[in-house]
Amino acid sequence: MLIRQVKRWPFENQLNGFSELDRLRRDLSRFLTTPGGQVGLDSPAGVYPFLTVTQDQDNFYIRSEIPGMTMDELDVSVTGRNVTVSGERKIPTEDQQVRYHRREREAGKFRRQFNLPSDVDCDKVEAKYRHGALMVILPKAESAKPRKIAING
Amino acid sequence: MAQATQDIQTRDKQEVQSPAEPTTPGRVFSPLVDIFEDDQALTIVADMPGVPSENVSIDLQEDTLTLTGVPTLTVPDSEETLVQEFEIGKFFRQFRLSEVIDQPHIKANLNHGVLRVTLPKIGPAKPRKVQITEH
Repeated sequence: MLIRQVKRWPFENQLNGFSELDRLRRDLSRFLTTPGGQVGLDSPAGVYPFLTVTQDQDNFYIRSEIPGMTMDELDVSVTGRNVTVSGERKIPTEDQQVRYHRREREAGKFRRQFNLPSDVDCDKVEAKYRHGALMVILPKAESAKPRKIAING
Repeated sequence: MAQATQDIQTRDKQEVQSPAEPTTPGRVFSPLVDIFEDDQALTIVADMPGVPSENVSIDLQEDTLTLTGVPTLTVPDSEETLVQEFEIGKFFRQFRLSEVIDQPHIKANLNHGVLRVTLPKIGPAKPRKVQITEH
């Protein structure tokens, strides 16, 4: 009862269909890992590039937004359960004549290393870079996959 | 290791604050931009990762330039999220231009998620001279 009252006040009018609470939950999830997946990031969010790590039964998936790279400037390496995403983002210099009004985009080196919850099959890892977004599909090692045990009656 | 370049600093994606209520779910982010000009043109370079060229719109109405991009990247529901440091969302940013732009000659190019828009100026540097004919 109390919870309901607290929730209704004073935000009631501000809540739309895509609620603030939802948003807060998603923001918080950046700092918390789910109980099932102990993804050991080298550091909390704050090191470029930002990552999203997901899994299903067969694979892990890593997604990242790294615009303006070419394939050979981007490097993904995997050993066991350890993944490294690194590279160097270059922004070509413009003509000396130009006057800059804004410069928000950044160039430089980056390196991000982390551990997945279980081993992956390194030979079958697949990485795609399209439209400035990186997507890595990492098949789980056979030993790490859940196994269904047949029960004989 | 040679210290030729610096390490990239992270920046949180900036959400667009709009007084209007959204009609579709999902967050809208403001892309990072570089803006520079020379005598001929004003150039805007915007980072729109995950956006294919068919999903970019560039609209100039009077003095307001609107850049919009919709990424195709999605996370299917069948996947369980372990870590989420960023969200995928639309890109939207508006600029008010102080110069008169040669609209038919605006050029845009998208390369690995980086949009580059070149807006040629019709500046006071090129005054239009009206020819007066005499009979």
